[in-house]
Amino acid sequence: MAAAIELRHVTKRFLTPAGTAYTALRDLDLAVQEGEFCAVVGPTGCGKSTTLALISGLEPPSEGEVRVRDEIVRGVGRDVGYVFQVDAVFPWKSVLDNVATGPRFRGVNRRDADERARDWIKRVGLAGFERYYPHQLSGGMRKRAALAQTLINEPRILLMDEPFSALDVQTRTLMENELLQLWSTTRASVVFVTHDLEEAIALADRVVVITAGPGTVKGVYRVDLPRPRNVAEIRFQPEFSRIYQEIWNDLRDEVLVSYERTKRVVS
Amino acid sequence: MSALSASSRSAFVGPEPTSSDLARTRARSNRRLLVNGLRLAFLVVVLGSWEIGTTIDATHKDGLWMDPFFYGRPSGIASQLWTWIQNGTAQGPLWLQVATTLEEAVLGFLIGVGLGVIFGAALGRIRLLADVFAPYIKALNAMPRVVLGSIFIITIGYGIWSKVALAVVLVFFVVFFNAFQGVREVDRVLIANARILGASERQLSTHVIFPSALSWILASLHTSFGFALVGAVVGEYLGAIHGIGIVIATAQSTFNPNGVFAAMLILALVAITAEVGMTWLENRLIKWRPNAITDVHI
Repeated sequence: MAAAIELRHVTKRFLTPAGTAYTALRDLDLAVQEGEFCAVVGPTGCGKSTTLALISGLEPPSEGEVRVRDEIVRGVGRDVGYVFQVDAVFPWKSVLDNVATGPRFRGVNRRDADERARDWIKRVGLAGFERYYPHQLSGGMRKRAALAQTLINEPRILLMDEPFSALDVQTRTLMENELLQLWSTTRASVVFVTHDLEEAIALADRVVVITAGPGTVKGVYRVDLPRPRNVAEIRFQPEFSRIYQEIWNDLRDEVLVSYERTKRVVS
Repeated sequence: MSALSASSRSAFVGPEPTSSDLARTRARSNRRLLVNGLRLAFLVVVLGSWEIGTTIDATHKDGLWMDPFFYGRPSGIASQLWTWIQNGTAQGPLWLQVATTLEEAVLGFLIGVGLGVIFGAALGRIRLLADVFAPYIKALNAMPRVVLGSIFIITIGYGIWSKVALAVVLVFFVVFFNAFQGVREVDRVLIANARILGASERQLSTHVIFPSALSWILASLHTSFGFALVGAVVGEYLGAIHGIGIVIATAQSTFNPNGVFAAMLILALVAITAEVGMTWLENRLIKWRPNAITDVHI
């Protein structure tokens, strides 16, 4: 079976405002199987978000090729959903209109789109807030709206860029559990970017460690913890700490490299 | 999960008002009373000292504190207004002058806003256009545009359209720059999100870029109606048959300061009415925003 997402020898360079080239990713290879939950961890600035931008088709690779469901990515594809790190719900649309946006863009008439939106709003636990505008909601509720907005398109590929990093710890654990539960019904292929190793292990089938920028794959680890999981409790399992230690040994070096660099920039 | 939504919902619906809530409401209404009282007092003091300063004379050996021949007098302004209302101005009935100026300002405003939004959005969206026209627009904007009034009167004539043209020119640039900036400043993440959700280029404009630019554009409307009024009045002042501007010009040439002040008062009333209308429009159009503007309203 072909992989759902495949990056082959991908390099991505950006032009800096100063006119020099900045290499965000170098010779990155990554494959995510159909229905797999893959977490990508790495130190700050290692090109994790760039990886997602390449898979989504928002950015083209400088070298190498990106395939989604065995087709080379050219532009934004229909099968992709993307949950952003910062708030990306439209502030001028109510929760209902925000969630219905995807189907509306894709040509579904307003009645059907609204009906599907109401269903998804209920599924993410926002029933009763259909008429509210984003600024009237808490950060966690806005994230739920963003999740519904993305999932309503039923993406086969779900890209998540540190989606819960701005939330407080309790809300975050709740949202992680809800994400796993929603995902178990859709079984999309997920690439979940985070800098939090605990979150990565708790959620994923596989954890990919990226080196300090320019990013490339340092190691890949299977997480054979049983599902369904409870994110709040899984951390206490001995197997969890064993995997954590194994990955941390790899990650620590990269974090140190990245930390040394920022120190040098600052001083 | 459901516990979470229930608790967060109560934050919006709110429990029954407590006694401290009621006390706060009372304190707020008392404060409003105080503010309005002080406002009235301020007006009385200003108008009163003006009136007295231009009236007291007989006993004072040096005559008046302020000569009403130059500075007018509130009672004189009031009687001038009353005369205009009853007998009309030298240019005809008062309502006709107000209506003419208003017509010019509104037409100039609408045309200027329309052109400003269209060109601002187009140049904001299409990089090539912006690069080509940038130097010309900067040059035109740097010019004191009121001098164009003379050209318009020569080419278009004494009718309302020369004033409309001047108002358009003044309004256009304010709106243009705001629309341009508004379109440029759209959050990149929102655009990325819309594209992922499946937006076409047209949907991107209507669902993301235009709503986002709208708050910028609306903010410019406040100032631009003022500019439209300036354009209309200055245009009339340069030469017209009807309008508040020509009423002011006539009062000036007959050394009638009461007439100038009375016309100014009428203009101020028109401007304030427009301002209220604009705020109402703004609150209707961007009800999604936290009440940044209504909060300013004391």
